[in-house]
Amino acid sequence: MNDLARTIRVVTLYPDVMSIYADRGNLIALRARCRQYGIGCEVTAVGIGDGLPADADLVLIGGGQDQEQRRIAADLAARGVRLRDWAEDDVAMLTICGGFQLFGHFYRTAEGEELPGVGIFDVTTVAPAPGAPRCIGDVLADAGDLGEVVGFENHGGRTYLGPHARPFARMRHGFGNNGDDGTEGAVYREAIGTYLHGSLLPKNPAVTDRLILAALRHRYGPGVKLETLPPDPYAERAHRAAAAVARRRGRPNP
Amino acid sequence: MAPGFGPRERGALLAGRAAGQVVRRLGRGGGTALPGLIAGRLAPTLIESAAAQLGHGVVTVTGTNGKTTTAHLLAAIARGAGLRPLANRSGSNLERGIVSSLVDAVDPGGSVHDAARRLGVFEIDEAHWPLLAPRLRPRVALFLNLFRDQLDRYGEVDSIAAAWRAAVSRPGAVPTLVLNVDDPSVAQLGEDTRGEVIGFGIEDPAAALPAPEHATDARFCRCGATYEYDAIYMGHVGLWRCRGCERRRPAPIVSAERVHLGAEETQFDLVIGERRVPVAIPLAGLYSVYNALAAAAGAHALGLPIEATARALADSGPAFGRQERFHVEGRTVRLLLAKNPTGLNEVLRALEAAWPPLTLLAMLNDGIQDGRDVSWIYDADVERLAGLVGKLVVSGRRAEDLALRFALAGIEPAAVDTDTRVALQTALLATPPGGRLEVVATYTAMLEVRELLASMSGAGHYWEHDE
Repeated sequence: MNDLARTIRVVTLYPDVMSIYADRGNLIALRARCRQYGIGCEVTAVGIGDGLPADADLVLIGGGQDQEQRRIAADLAARGVRLRDWAEDDVAMLTICGGFQLFGHFYRTAEGEELPGVGIFDVTTVAPAPGAPRCIGDVLADAGDLGEVVGFENHGGRTYLGPHARPFARMRHGFGNNGDDGTEGAVYREAIGTYLHGSLLPKNPAVTDRLILAALRHRYGPGVKLETLPPDPYAERAHRAAAAVARRRGRPNP
Repeated sequence: MAPGFGPRERGALLAGRAAGQVVRRLGRGGGTALPGLIAGRLAPTLIESAAAQLGHGVVTVTGTNGKTTTAHLLAAIARGAGLRPLANRSGSNLERGIVSSLVDAVDPGGSVHDAARRLGVFEIDEAHWPLLAPRLRPRVALFLNLFRDQLDRYGEVDSIAAAWRAAVSRPGAVPTLVLNVDDPSVAQLGEDTRGEVIGFGIEDPAAALPAPEHATDARFCRCGATYEYDAIYMGHVGLWRCRGCERRRPAPIVSAERVHLGAEETQFDLVIGERRVPVAIPLAGLYSVYNALAAAAGAHALGLPIEATARALADSGPAFGRQERFHVEGRTVRLLLAKNPTGLNEVLRALEAAWPPLTLLAMLNDGIQDGRDVSWIYDADVERLAGLVGKLVVSGRRAEDLALRFALAGIEPAAVDTDTRVALQTALLATPPGGRLEVVATYTAMLEVRELLASMSGAGHYWEHDE
């Protein structure tokens, strides 16, 4: 099939509320990479109370402050069935930080309030006791066949993987899900959950390519191929620079 | 001897002074922080005892963006009106910066020189204001705006808003608050104080943005509902009203009308009650109007006449590193500080008013004072400059991140170099003789490039810059 004829349909959830740490950079990078491939990229923004489109190939959600998470939690939970169906149907998903937490089972705030999640990832997140430090810093992690991923984390909540969860990456530098077990994020089918801002996709083109391929396959069938282009040289240099920063000052992991 | 100055304070003063002299003699910076750090440690009540001597009291300036320029303009107005402002310098706006300025102003006996004419004009970091205000006991406190900035250092924007609220609600905390009524997070502090409130704001929907920006840092009213706007001037700042309750932007007492944004200067009518005076300031951008307006409102709160305000604003120059100009190798260099999404958006907007094609040196650092997380560059609308940039040089310790950001916005860098000196030379060579180089830099990058520009153009070190 001619690439020019191919289009992926992207849904971004609460882009105005859930993008405290510039997660819209992910959409900027996604659009740019699709342009390089000659793939169309149709984006639908879905806010509180808006209807979800009938179908989607890729779902994006970013992070927000506690107040913002509290605000979207009920609206998001009401879409849980649809989102879980999409995940089972191999829709690609990229959920960051607060969005990742709410794609798990629940997020328990410092006040003890339990915000229900949509349960796509078998993970739970709890805010630490008041006064406990936030997990803040540069990250370098090993994401298996995606190679090294780089970014910046800034979260209070500690996330723990359940028996059915697979981590997105293994920490080299930084805190990761909880600062203890060396895991970062989670993966379920084509859905990725992670704490990495930076923004993530601009500096990690391998992740962008993975999401685009999964979105194409969702739309056009599992046999679809993507002739992977070399990463943009600016992306590659920014990736290397961020990796060097994380090696120099990121919290080391054994 | 001055009240409150015992042997402990005097010893601390001498130690602080000596440290400042040593630092300056070694050429290791201006000693704007170290004397304060030392004196503050040795005599923790030095702030209280020195501030209490200032005859005209203390004004504080806080908020995310515009503190340095606003304090600089307010000090110029006060000086024009015959007062002797005492200010902390060059964005040194934590406790030690304030103690340093006080250390410099008192004699060995602990008395402030010329105390009767003195007015403290202190810019204070927004996260530290709740701690420092009770010690400085300001007559007037200016609150400029609240945007996301250095989230890796300060946590969430909401926590700063909550700390401000708690601090101004203490009985007798500040007699007069000067509030930007266009910023809902700031305007609502008026509900928390029992003191007088003087609001300032822009009354010119023609200066509004055509569409809301992505970088919007206050979405929810105290009642929990969202805001709607008749006009948005920047970020979440504008003619707001709550969708869920009666709250809306209070009418300002001090306002700017008929705003004209030029490439080099800005004009507006300064309106205070029945009085209207045209003002021209040699600074570009709508954010400069807010800074001038905040200074004018502060001056009004101090009882200074509107004529003195207009005159001082017209005669004032830029503050350190904020639209400063340098003449280097036959080129004019304008240095613009941009340290967070809204700040960068406003600088980009000011650059849109300049003559294209622009020659631009953009610098991104990731030091503690810049914010270690460079994600924020994706919240700014760098795309605004697409088609306006002739030559782009990118530098700073995170030059590669910034180069990628520009490339994604369709603006391909001509050169990328983490070495400030090399990048500046490249950018100057890319600037036609007689032409203009625009330098946009984060805080520590600004300090580095300014030092080079100052030595190349013969301008002073930063510690020699302010009064």
